[in-house]
Amino acid sequence: MTPPPFSPVGLRFQNIDKRYGGLLALRGVSLVVAPGECVVFAGRNGSGKTTLLRIAARLVRPSRGTLSFSSESQAGDARSIRPGFVAHATMVYDELTAEENLLLFARLQEVEQPENRVETLLNEVGLSDRRASLVRTFSRGMRQRVAIARALLHEPSVLLLDEPATGLDPQGVTWLAEAIRRLRDSGRTILMSLHGESDISSLGTRAIRLDAGSIAADTRTGATFRSILTFADA
Amino acid sequence: MWKRAMIGAFVLFLVGAAAYASFFIAPEEKTMHVLQRIFYFHAAAAWAGMTAFFICFVANLLYVWRREERWDSLGISSAEVGLAFITVVLITGPIWAKPAWGIYWTWDARLTSTFVLWLLYISYLLLRTLIEEPDRRALLSALFGIFAFIDVPIVFGAIRWWRTQHPAPVIMGGPGSGLDPTMNKVFFFSVLAMHALMVFLIAERYRLEKLRTDFEVVRREAEAI
Amino acid sequence: MSLLPNAAVLLGKELRTEFRSRELLTTTVVFILIVIVLFSFTFDPTSDESRRFAPGLLWLAFLFASSLMLQPCFLREQHNDTLSALRLSVSDPFAIFLAKLAANTLFLLLTELLLLPLFAVMYNVPVVPVLHWLVLVFFLASLGISIAGTALSAISAQARMRELLLPLLMLPLLTPILVASTEVTKSLFERTPFVQWKGIGFLAVFDLVFLTALWLFGEYLLEE
Repeated sequence: MTPPPFSPVGLRFQNIDKRYGGLLALRGVSLVVAPGECVVFAGRNGSGKTTLLRIAARLVRPSRGTLSFSSESQAGDARSIRPGFVAHATMVYDELTAEENLLLFARLQEVEQPENRVETLLNEVGLSDRRASLVRTFSRGMRQRVAIARALLHEPSVLLLDEPATGLDPQGVTWLAEAIRRLRDSGRTILMSLHGESDISSLGTRAIRLDAGSIAADTRTGATFRSILTFADA
Repeated sequence: MWKRAMIGAFVLFLVGAAAYASFFIAPEEKTMHVLQRIFYFHAAAAWAGMTAFFICFVANLLYVWRREERWDSLGISSAEVGLAFITVVLITGPIWAKPAWGIYWTWDARLTSTFVLWLLYISYLLLRTLIEEPDRRALLSALFGIFAFIDVPIVFGAIRWWRTQHPAPVIMGGPGSGLDPTMNKVFFFSVLAMHALMVFLIAERYRLEKLRTDFEVVRREAEAI
Repeated sequence: MSLLPNAAVLLGKELRTEFRSRELLTTTVVFILIVIVLFSFTFDPTSDESRRFAPGLLWLAFLFASSLMLQPCFLREQHNDTLSALRLSVSDPFAIFLAKLAANTLFLLLTELLLLPLFAVMYNVPVVPVLHWLVLVFFLASLGISIAGTALSAISAQARMRELLLPLLMLPLLTPILVASTEVTKSLFERTPFVQWKGIGFLAVFDLVFLTALWLFGEYLLEE
């Protein structure tokens, strides 16, 4: 893969609270992610992983606190940094073809030469031969690949992945791990939430465990990778 | 506690005084006689209701901007109180119309517009019951409240322009149509009394709402344990 | 600014999706048809009576139909959470609304124009001499219905009982359109038809006011 034209981006979460009704999904989360880091988030369901990622994607507004991005070239203007986001839902239209979906999002994000970019991505995710099929007819693994292609259309410097391996068969997981490894090695900052150890979790350069909306452990501050990941479902 | 009771008593006194004035101080109207006196309640209640809805509108705007729970509480309180006053208007209208005109409903422009207004705010309340999550409920109902209030002058305008073409009995003249100065004084006093009642009711309802939301928070946290 | 190009791209998607399945259009057309036929059973459609009642019934039918047609607008974006994908991709969330309200206006207009000949025949109203004015009224009214309806469907999609809720929210709000459109249409069906410019202006103002409100508050409607 040719080196992408971007400079690595870091994130800073400052004192993030997110309140839903009376409950705090996130409480006082402060975290600095260095450019190029690959952070794995572990934690029980409801620990706040998804909320944190959706705040990073700027889909959710924090009740309190701020999120900022930093890069060498752009002066920390969060507005202009657009993370790529792969969620539990595929976020593509079932009633359009793979190609139509990707072209739609490429054009919306004003990607240069959208047709070429879509072509390239379809090849990379191995869906070239199914480009003209409706996504409705795809298997879970194939849909995930479309979702990842969609997230990569605008060559984001930050990638957010929320339990991306859910529903994938072992072959799919292997493919995904390889794709993430290449993205990591190209210098992209990656935040992903996972459920325990796997091929994918071993790609992380840092692990953080969330518990009831707060950071409970961080490899940065001494915890081990294994301990964070294996307590995930305790 | 005593302060609230005293304020309540004072407001009640005002309303009572306005009622007394309506019945005994205001001169009798030439054509409608005693029946006309209901006008003082009917029109004053309408004004108070509209003011309550305006308060709701402002509360809605403030909530969307600041996202503080108290604005949501003020919004629902003022909407409910406003609706109560408007209901009074819609009931006193036919009560007046039947003996005056022989029919309960006349599609008078103002009454018709008021009915649509009533429907809009009933929808506002209904919407709130259909969204469980408190923050979503507050935001979405505030946004609907804003759209609804923007619509109010448009509704009144449309009905006034087109639905008064055909002659229809007009439910009571406008506030200034009673040229008698005493009548005007009584009317403005009624408006004052109604507004005082409206503010008092909103304040009480707001207190209730605060208690309810505080209780909700405690209940949810207890459930989470 | 990418607002208009984004809206154009999204409009293309809305149109492509609908014309591929034609679900919305067919069901809406059939619904209005049923309503028009049923209404005709409630009175004797002689020429004079028709001229008085038909415009109101026509617009009532359009309003009811639109309150059903607009339900899937944001509901279908919940499937696979495509709404989040849109929010991530566009620079201005208003583009999402612009595209949807343009598409909805078009769909409404299409169904109205499709049913106009049938309506004219069934109710004995002279449509041809005032056709261009009718199209203007249809357009302005459909635009207003779409603007308000698109905004409200974003609200109802997040509530329970959404099928019943959207008509509940829309119909009181759109009474001005009902009144104005009926009046303008009525004047066009008179023995000597005339254009009520007051009504046309009123519809235009309604559209402008609510489009502005949607522009100001739209992004909050999409918040998570």
